Amino acid sequence: MGSPSSAKLVNVALEERAHRIRRLAVRLGEVQGQGYVGQALGFSDVLAVTYFHALIYKPDDPDWEGRDRLYLSMGHYAIALYAAMIEAGILPEDELETYGADGSRMPMSGMAACTPGMEITGGSLGHGLGIAVGAALGLKRKRSSSFVYNMLSDGELGEGSTWEAAMSAAHHKLDNLIAIVDFNNQQADGPSRQMLCSEPLDAKFEAFGWHVQRIDGNDIGHLVEAFDRARACAEARPRVIICDTIMCKGVPFLEQRDKAHFIRVEPHEWELALAALDEGRPR
Amino acid sequence: MNRSSHESRASDPGGPRLKTSAMIASLAAEGMPTKPAPFGHALCDVARQRDDIVGMTADLGKYTDLYVFAEQFPDRFYQMGMAEQLLVSAAAGMAREGFTVFATTYAVFASRRAYDFICMAIAEDSLDVKIVCALPGLTTGYGPSHQATEDLAIFRGLPNMTIIDPCDATDTEQATHAIAAYKGPVYMRLLRGQVPDVLGEYGYTFELGKARMLRDGNDVLFVSTGLMTMRALAAARHLRKDGVDCAVLHVPTVKPLDTETLLEAAGKTGRMVVVAENHTVIGGLGEGVARTLLGAGVAPKFRHIGLPDAFLDAGALPTLHDRYGLSENAVCASVKGWLDA
Ligand SMILES: Cc1ncc(C[n+]2csc(CCOP(=O)(O)OP(=O)(O)O)c2C)c(N)n1
Ligand SMILES: [Mg+2]
Repeated sequence: MGSPSSAKLVNVALEERAHRIRRLAVRLGEVQGQGYVGQALGFSDVLAVTYFHALIYKPDDPDWEGRDRLYLSMGHYAIALYAAMIEAGILPEDELETYGADGSRMPMSGMAACTPGMEITGGSLGHGLGIAVGAALGLKRKRSSSFVYNMLSDGELGEGSTWEAAMSAAHHKLDNLIAIVDFNNQQADGPSRQMLCSEPLDAKFEAFGWHVQRIDGNDIGHLVEAFDRARACAEARPRVIICDTIMCKGVPFLEQRDKAHFIRVEPHEWELALAALDEGRPR
Repeated sequence: MNRSSHESRASDPGGPRLKTSAMIASLAAEGMPTKPAPFGHALCDVARQRDDIVGMTADLGKYTDLYVFAEQFPDRFYQMGMAEQLLVSAAAGMAREGFTVFATTYAVFASRRAYDFICMAIAEDSLDVKIVCALPGLTTGYGPSHQATEDLAIFRGLPNMTIIDPCDATDTEQATHAIAAYKGPVYMRLLRGQVPDVLGEYGYTFELGKARMLRDGNDVLFVSTGLMTMRALAAARHLRKDGVDCAVLHVPTVKPLDTETLLEAAGKTGRMVVVAENHTVIGGLGEGVARTLLGAGVAPKFRHIGLPDAFLDAGALPTLHDRYGLSENAVCASVKGWLDA
């Protein structure tokens, strides 16, 4: 392995984490034979850096008061969060087969009442950032040093509630709030930029008073730097990391497929997807 | 935070694995005839006759069958993005300029998120906007974020609003024509995709504001709306074999209620009245019917099939319909229990 810098070592480990999260997401998808696996593959690098570099938490105590809060505003990405939480030891891997089944702790759309570590019930899109503003105010009031991470999709930028919250977060100087936007340029009816275009998104957040970074959300090194900067930044402003990601990242034959909110995966292709991931496995 | 419910509840490994299948959950029982996208095709038929018709959606064209219209009339289709408050406000604005607007989203997002905008921008001025919403009541296994269990209650409270809950493809097609011809705000619940087609054999036609007796019977009068009419008809056939004779009164217009037909049917003595709706028991058809009957001094034995006053589970739709009493079997069991009691 030569003599990599310690940062490099961390990065190698994170790439392996992302790989394992992708594998888990594909295995979860196979259980139902469908789902938001394209989103999960695109978002796995962000989640690897979140859970294995940035987030402070205790896997066996998801309610621990000292934890950073992580809100999944886009509840339909639950499959991605379950994969990351299994990898993080918050959920047991042997429950994977129950994904989406009746009575499972892992319903298709994230539900706080069902899953340890799922802090809010997202899914009705546009809720997360507003709740995050309140949580960030509450944490400050409690003199807590915890951060609130709010994950949102690019589709959620269409909701007015997102921008009410964005304006409020800056107004209240919420430097303990970090928003992560998954800009996969995909929504239900087509590419996000053709639905209700939110570009230039970085300039919008800047104009709203945020500390803004826009990065390649599938580049672990860039993600690590961005998370570090967001946390270390001394400015009394909320932070946003806009992550441009690629749907289905890591499974080339799915990356090539017509982009869709619900990616089509044939029954025999789940095995192929795992094989493709293993093919591209970081070493 | 309700952590007590976090115990692992792994499903029976030996049992059949039902799929949540979410947005594409089909309502058709096996072998039931279906039609694709009845709303989308009917809207195109209307639009061919009238160029004041426009379609609008909030990133749910594909999932509300409005894509059919968008493909045929691309220049009369407006993609508003995922912004439901904007959707209905903009619909109001276009209606002010003389257009008849069909605006689509999911029932939860129209009723919950956009409600104030519908109330003040559309209903208060009685504007010509048709709000057509997929996933009404309990028609998805995605949990409370997508289950519009109280949409009828919300819109029943809104003055000027007409509310339609069609049963099947035929009903949906005819209702689409009827609400386009009617000038004023309408909330229509939408069954989308491959929609069961069951009313044809009853010689049914939709008429705005009218309830229709689909079959007569001496023991039970089902008063049902939406997909629960399909369930009531199936239950009636089933119960017949057990010697229970059921009438089914279909009430696709939930507001204004066809009180005349209702009172006539419920006034026939000796029948237990069973209201059946795909909606919470609070504030929907059941309470509307009860109020109508009591107000007129008609007081038959009265029972109500509807969803409990609770946030419902996620899971496979057939499981949930069994659990919450909407499936054919559950309807039969309830009725038998009530008759025996
Ligand atoms: C308030 C709200 N409106 C509509 C929907 C229906 N819906 C679910 S996902 C989705 C697309 C939203 O865009 P995004 O989250 O970026 O989609 P993805 O990247 O997962 O394709 C829509 C419209 C919703 N869940 N919530
Ligand atoms: Mg997206």
